[in-house]
Amino acid sequence: MSLATPLALIGRTVLRVLAAIGRVAIFAGAAISHLVRPPFYAREFLNALLQIGWLSLPVVGLTAVFTGGALALQIYSGGARFNAEAVVPQIVAIGMVRELGPVLVGLMIAARVTSSIAAEIATMKVTEQIDALVTLSTHPMKYLVAPRLLAALIVVPLLVAVGDVIGIFGGYFVATGSLGFNPAAYLENTVDFLEPLDIVSSLVKGCAFGGIAALMGCYYGMQSGRGAQGVGRATKGSVEAAAVLILAANFLLTGVFFSI
Amino acid sequence: MTDTPTPLPPMIELRHVAKSFGTKPVLRDVHMSIPRGTSMVIIGGSGTGKSVTLKCVLGLIEPDAGQIFVDGHDMHEGDRDAFLARFGMLFQGGALFDSLPVWQNVAFRLLRGALRRPKREAREIAIEKLRRVGLTPDVADAFPAELSGGMQKRVGLARAIAADPEIIFFDEPTTGLDPIMAGVINDLIREIVTEMGATAMTITHDMSSVRAIADDVAMLHDGVIKWTGPVAEMDRAADPYLQQFIHGRAEGPIEAVR
Repeated sequence: MSLATPLALIGRTVLRVLAAIGRVAIFAGAAISHLVRPPFYAREFLNALLQIGWLSLPVVGLTAVFTGGALALQIYSGGARFNAEAVVPQIVAIGMVRELGPVLVGLMIAARVTSSIAAEIATMKVTEQIDALVTLSTHPMKYLVAPRLLAALIVVPLLVAVGDVIGIFGGYFVATGSLGFNPAAYLENTVDFLEPLDIVSSLVKGCAFGGIAALMGCYYGMQSGRGAQGVGRATKGSVEAAAVLILAANFLLTGVFFSI
Repeated sequence: MTDTPTPLPPMIELRHVAKSFGTKPVLRDVHMSIPRGTSMVIIGGSGTGKSVTLKCVLGLIEPDAGQIFVDGHDMHEGDRDAFLARFGMLFQGGALFDSLPVWQNVAFRLLRGALRRPKREAREIAIEKLRRVGLTPDVADAFPAELSGGMQKRVGLARAIAADPEIIFFDEPTTGLDPIMAGVINDLIREIVTEMGATAMTITHDMSSVRAIADDVAMLHDGVIKWTGPVAEMDRAADPYLQQFIHGRAEGPIEAVR
């Protein structure tokens, strides 16, 4: 062990990370260029909308309603320490719309959609279906990646909007049901307190997280190694990368929108 | 064009093709020429680069060195879609799209892109091709996962010939099949190639396939073509590598442990 060994290790790691960022960036660029040039595969796109959007609604709804409810309870008990119980509707609204709605929906999409995209594409790669696509004059980026990416960019913000609303109602039910809030006043406070920027930031985050989730699934699927182990690694890697990138992007976007 | 008065260039020609993966050279210097309308079978042990050779011709793998000509033109010339439209390929595991029913797999190329035609017509062609490979129309709406290995292989074959390609590649067409089904697939390949007048390139290590399908044989070993010639001369050839391979001997110049 020489003195240089740890430095070499750091250097190698940095190089590897930079190379990975480069590869992902090239992949994303190729995906977007295929997204805007014909031919378009409408059937694949509609199927992706169904898989990513519609079929994610139950898990998004359940996540949001429980989170909104728990948030109301926490704010109430925390606020009680300095006689600020009344802020429950405002803080639930802000917390859900600005942060928890987009982040939790993003993470749920990473768990549900990124993993399934990665496993599906990786299996296609391992069984030579990707090569078969090429020999049938069909570009895999256009046929597999572009429809999923477009669907995620469109539908995840909608899921976030649904999650925001359901989360607010989760808080509403807890607050009016067991914390003694007046239903009409609760909703009025919520609506009055939210600003357009809150909603815009929520939707922009949804769009970004949807893009990250779909891209990571496709990227790891396409890069899959051989066999069952390759598929397993691709799936695991895609979810890890999507989750971490979503949280990092959330931090950046929050900074952009709310650091005055 | 050269000034030699050859009226028709070979359908596929490889010159000095080399490819390494990492530090491991797989193809060193491969020359091969497949005349129009003939059936070339490439034999060789596992991991000798047979699949790599085939994928280089299709452009799925970019060789490090050398040139590949298809019908006298460098494969990088011209439109890639038009280039690929001349090929059909039967993959080793079938590589059927498991999200699509059988007929849409067969008609995949006919349902989109340059060769697109109405759905009804594409389906009719698919059913006709399925019949050609000995499958009844009732499998058309099944999904690939519902079929046996032999049937999947036949569907793969139907897909490979769906757009009447000029060149067909077969990647280990009999691997994983019982001997009778292997015989059926071999006969089908021979018939189809003859009747379509297509140029065929097959990779296999199944000697019964070689004898059934091949006009010419090339033996790939250690990154080069060790022997090539008509199938009839294969048994008389003196090449020790070839003899060891076709007789399946453990002893010989090819190391059994690789």
